[in-house]
Amino acid sequence: MTATSTASDATASTEPERAFRLTDSTMRDGSHAVYHQFTTDHVRAVVGALDTAGVPVIEVTHGDGMGGSSFTYGFSHTPETDLLEVAVETATRAKIAVLFVPGIGVKDDLREAADIGAKVARIATHCTEADIAEQHIALAKESGMEAVGFLMMSHMIQPADLVEQAKKMESYGADCVYIVDSAGAMTMDGFKARVGAVKSAVDVQVGVHAHNNLSLAVANSLAAFGEGADQIDGCTTGLGAGAGNCPTEVLVATCEKSGIATGVDTFTMMDAAQDVVRPIHPEMGIIDRDGLTLGYAGVYGSFLLHARRAAQRYEVDVRDILIELGRRGMVGGQEDMIIDVALQLRREGDTAR
Amino acid sequence: MRCAVLGSGNIGTDLVVKLLRTPGLELGALVGIDPDSDGLRTARDLGVETSHEGVDWLLERADEYDLVFEATSAWVHRRNARRYEEAGLTAVDLTPAKVGPLVVPPVNGDEHLGAPNVNLITCGGQATVPMVAAVASVCEVPYAEIVSSVSSRSAGPGTRQNIDEFTKTTSDALVTVGGAGRGKAIMVLNPAEPPILMRNTVFCALPDGYDEAAVAQSVVDMVARVAEYVPGYRLKNEPVFEHDRYRTPGGEVGSRVVVLLEVEGAGDYFPPYAGNLDIMTASAVRVGTALAERVGAPA
Repeated sequence: MTATSTASDATASTEPERAFRLTDSTMRDGSHAVYHQFTTDHVRAVVGALDTAGVPVIEVTHGDGMGGSSFTYGFSHTPETDLLEVAVETATRAKIAVLFVPGIGVKDDLREAADIGAKVARIATHCTEADIAEQHIALAKESGMEAVGFLMMSHMIQPADLVEQAKKMESYGADCVYIVDSAGAMTMDGFKARVGAVKSAVDVQVGVHAHNNLSLAVANSLAAFGEGADQIDGCTTGLGAGAGNCPTEVLVATCEKSGIATGVDTFTMMDAAQDVVRPIHPEMGIIDRDGLTLGYAGVYGSFLLHARRAAQRYEVDVRDILIELGRRGMVGGQEDMIIDVALQLRREGDTAR
Repeated sequence: MRCAVLGSGNIGTDLVVKLLRTPGLELGALVGIDPDSDGLRTARDLGVETSHEGVDWLLERADEYDLVFEATSAWVHRRNARRYEEAGLTAVDLTPAKVGPLVVPPVNGDEHLGAPNVNLITCGGQATVPMVAAVASVCEVPYAEIVSSVSSRSAGPGTRQNIDEFTKTTSDALVTVGGAGRGKAIMVLNPAEPPILMRNTVFCALPDGYDEAAVAQSVVDMVARVAEYVPGYRLKNEPVFEHDRYRTPGGEVGSRVVVLLEVEGAGDYFPPYAGNLDIMTASAVRVGTALAERVGAPA
């Protein structure tokens, strides 16, 4: 039972040995999969279980970041600041992180997160637009938080271009720059090339965030680790946008088999997944046609549930909506265009009839 | 009315091109701070006097002007606003500084003509506040939300550093000018090539018992009024009404109207995809013209 001995030896005062830092985003990316209906009870149970397992960073926010509660992205069941307060109260060892997207949230949201006790602010932009994060990265640092630059939809640009954006985030003060595969569209070669290029160009840490639309999230994360990734994201059971994220419990178990220390106890993590997170969304982990379409066509994963609703309302095909969004080059945050595309497809359908 | 433009970036230069063909507004100068800026060069080529010595140059000649259009950035305008007023210059502010009252020509264009300083909110505000006001004129709007998407190429450094001011000023205008109970604005930059046209989506929460036909007609009428001065402003689809349980900050509602807009620019200085620049400068010309007509009219 080596799996259980690692975490039980660890105490709050000594950091367990680990080869990379794991961030579990179940309570943020998973928000997409449940229409942003997380409650304080969910947060208490999930953060408690992950903290016990030894997960060092746990992200808690609306799926689209602070201030995401809206018509466009879906209204939160419970205000995210209430969720954040419970997360901070519950965690005994783990740092609590928040996601923030410039253009959706405002600086006061970040200040509030810091006041509540968030220790990590992840500032997310589309992979070509790092310069809109300058003020927010600086504010996160001034507020005493660790700042992570989060370059979404990184599959859309070449490694050399991604390097330029990562260097901008580093220059604004980011402690770590993330390569984020928001569409779950990258293969292992894609991850290796981008992590390798960014890692050799910046002095700060490099992280990766993978989605499982092509069933590659764990493999991609390990490939990134091989190129020197310092931080890796998971979501327990994969609970997240699209076909889900890199499943934390699978990543932890796979790392243990590979001799890569995560600092997380494998069996406790497996129990957290099965007993605490799995009941929230029992079918999570299935890669159905729609999820696969996201990865195949390189479409922002959070569009999925909105596209399903629009498809039903306007009697058009989900896959047609997703493919058209990809063809138009829509980026994260443009959920409003799902209605636009559904209406266009319906008009075209009416004309064809 | 004699006017000057301060700021030789995309907005200021596009405004110069429009002012040169606007009767009643006599353009005296474009003032910047970078002698090598493309904007100053363009203005010189058009026969407009230029200076790269900034606001001080303009204030030394304040008695030669009546009106200044500020197309710099929010923090620069906050610094300049008092000096304009002391110099007797009326200011039309194209930054999101919010020093003066917020103005959207077809909604409240006549209300603040005597003010020393008026603010044009943001491009997203000019595009969406008229829609909220149109809905609010026929029923209560407890909550309004807008998403503005602009091409990355049309967003200069000012816009990029002002993204919080954009969302906050626009949200405020949805309430104070549009008439919504609560407001939220979202901005997205899209790097697609060829560049996307400016898009705006307006969501208004609707109370029980709203009149669908009246809301739709009011929206269509207002689109026509904006299109009088922004010819590329148009609906992508007739307004759609969706029904669900929406827990908005203005209270729970069962319906919303979704207005999908596109703004194609006139292509004056920047290419037509930059409808976001065009709607700002077109609104500025509209406000300037109203000021000139007021001064020109017998008291």
